Amino acid sequence: MMLADARTLCPEIITAVADPAGDLVFLEKLAVWARRWGPWSAIDGTDGLLVDVTAVAHLFGGEDKLLVDVAAAFTQREVDMRCAIAPTAGAAWALAHHAASGTILQQHEDMKARLGELPVEALRLDQDIVTVLRRLGLKKLGELSTIDSDAINRRFRNRKSPSANPLTRLDQLLGRIPEPLLPVIPQKVPMVQRRLLEPIRHRQLLDQVVRDLAGDMARELEGRGEGARGLELGLWRVDGEVVTRHIELAAATREAAHIVRLFARKLDDVDAGFGIEMLRLRAIWTEKLALDQSDIETASQNHGIALSTLVDRLAVRLGPGAITRLVPFPSHIPERAQRGQSPLEPEPTSQGQLAFHKRPLKLLDKAERIAVLYATPDGYPKRFRWRGEVHDIKRVEGPERIAPEWWRERGSTRLRDYYRIEDQRGRRYWIYRLGIIGDGRGDMPDWYLQGLFA
Amino acid sequence: MTQTAIPPLPATVSDDVATLPVWHSERWRPGLAAVQGKALHSEVFTSSREATGIGAALALALDDWRSALCNDDKAVQDQRNVLWVQTREAARLGGKPYRPGLPPDLQSRVVHVLTDRPEDALFALEEGLRCRELCFVIGEIAGNPKGLDFTASRRLTLTAQKYEVPLFLLRIDAERELSSARMRWEVTAAPSAEPRWNAQAPGDPSWRGELFRARAHPPGEWIFEEIGTRLEARRDLPNDSSRQSDKPFSVARHTQPYSAHTNVVERLSFRPKKTAVESANTALSEQLHFRQVQGNRR
Repeated sequence: MMLADARTLCPEIITAVADPAGDLVFLEKLAVWARRWGPWSAIDGTDGLLVDVTAVAHLFGGEDKLLVDVAAAFTQREVDMRCAIAPTAGAAWALAHHAASGTILQQHEDMKARLGELPVEALRLDQDIVTVLRRLGLKKLGELSTIDSDAINRRFRNRKSPSANPLTRLDQLLGRIPEPLLPVIPQKVPMVQRRLLEPIRHRQLLDQVVRDLAGDMARELEGRGEGARGLELGLWRVDGEVVTRHIELAAATREAAHIVRLFARKLDDVDAGFGIEMLRLRAIWTEKLALDQSDIETASQNHGIALSTLVDRLAVRLGPGAITRLVPFPSHIPERAQRGQSPLEPEPTSQGQLAFHKRPLKLLDKAERIAVLYATPDGYPKRFRWRGEVHDIKRVEGPERIAPEWWRERGSTRLRDYYRIEDQRGRRYWIYRLGIIGDGRGDMPDWYLQGLFA
Repeated sequence: MTQTAIPPLPATVSDDVATLPVWHSERWRPGLAAVQGKALHSEVFTSSREATGIGAALALALDDWRSALCNDDKAVQDQRNVLWVQTREAARLGGKPYRPGLPPDLQSRVVHVLTDRPEDALFALEEGLRCRELCFVIGEIAGNPKGLDFTASRRLTLTAQKYEVPLFLLRIDAERELSSARMRWEVTAAPSAEPRWNAQAPGDPSWRGELFRARAHPPGEWIFEEIGTRLEARRDLPNDSSRQSDKPFSVARHTQPYSAHTNVVERLSFRPKKTAVESANTALSEQLHFRQVQGNRR
């Protein structure tokens, strides 16, 4: 129903804007808070929590008193909830959603009998599967076992996901097959901040504060045995605006001078307005980094910097895509046979290169069209013109035929005949003829110059 | 040409003390890095129509690297990376490095940097020279950008000397302006030797390299050939006159004071005998010429 329709029917309706992200954040906080009743908890869907209370109920004086404590804690915080305790997560979910709140299913009780009266929705199935089961007349959990399980299995044999297969869900409910859950683990992001007595408006002071923050962050990270891969600097202005600057590092580091140097370029375009009153530095991505020599920046003055530091410095000034390592790529087409990747990543495995394939030292970005004098249809080239100059060809080797990749390219793509040539002054090139006469994919073939040999 | 064949200096130029060690120092040859250490800052002038410059630069760099490696410790396998910086203009003119065509030693070790402006390329080169995990640094800059003046090249030289990372800077289609590079080469293509099995095919790469300015070596000209992993350099140039006619502007392009001055010396010493009047005239013109040369040098 549209909101306008609802308002027409009931003018005094109260509306609130949905906030799924905020709900998720709240649920995460709640999950961490709920660990007061058990060693770990997990988020269930968009509105549920699972807490493992195995062997902890006696700390609260029994399972019924544990549930009373839960109810009291939630009531105190004005949160509506329903709870249940059962031997499996699936059974607890079913009881919490479709039985009276506070139900407890003991280990020794007959689960089939206790859960048999619940509706099939209690199996945590998708809505369309529930509809199918209802049309089949299976409305309660107990009714699933009245017909042959082979018949149900046959009907849902293509459904691999547990939420689409009633038998899997039933087995999970009864504890016949395991159901792994993903616990919530709170992570404290390393964060340092400085509140300033007087707002700063000048770059020099800002640099000093950033230097202090980087020193604090280095100490914080060292205490945790970690290094930062990504850092975020937030600058709170007096008028309430927040400016954020973000850097990523090629390798984990906690080198204060290096961090300051990288941020220095990013702070050039910060508008301080009426002044900046608070700075906060957070390490949003950290990796383990064992304790190491502490004065690398001093050492780098004497012995040079590491490759990861070089990559960081270049990436901050030139952009992350400018610095690459050349790696092979499985393709026959010469210009596709290499790619660039991040310089510190391991090289992908590749098939070796054939020794008799001579390849040029340099490849032009785009093969340049040349005018060639040659004996048709497929003779050696004699002379060509490239960038306004005529080259007499003295020596030729070829052709090396490279066919188009039919699994990727269109059917009308023409093959290439590559020639290695040397001109009258010893300049060596790699040229190709695109197609041959009579291949039915166009008329006279064109020639292109693609590579330059050393 | 042996060392004794170098013509003696006229008295008028011998007052330039700085040039004297040049004439008495050792001539460059492949593998000299094992004795004298690596060449830390070299410039290679080349045309954008050929990849010979970069081929020769790689061959020189690898030759230095291998010789120095033999000198230090053979057992230590040096697997450090190579930084290859290109401006976008240089990449457009001469193409980008192609991994399957690189020397096998370098294929997995090249870190490529592409910059929009020459200033960024100079920054990347200088930062690269500071990196201890680099074997050598290669730069390609097209033309004579404003940022690459004598100060910039001096910065590069000092950084290279401090951290002992060699730099090979390719100057594509560039004039020979002032530079503090320790060795300056001009490289052009040379016809390759015939391969053993197919005489019609292009052979192993071969270059003509002219060392026109070096601090520790006298200038000279070589034909380079890379045979396997070994760099060979020959000094016997078969048809000298045809080469001169092939490159008519090579003399006029010597804007270096020192190079111009060498040409004068050679021209004087090889001049045939003349009559008294003519010789008087030539003596006058020579004096004028020297004054002009010295004026240039000031």
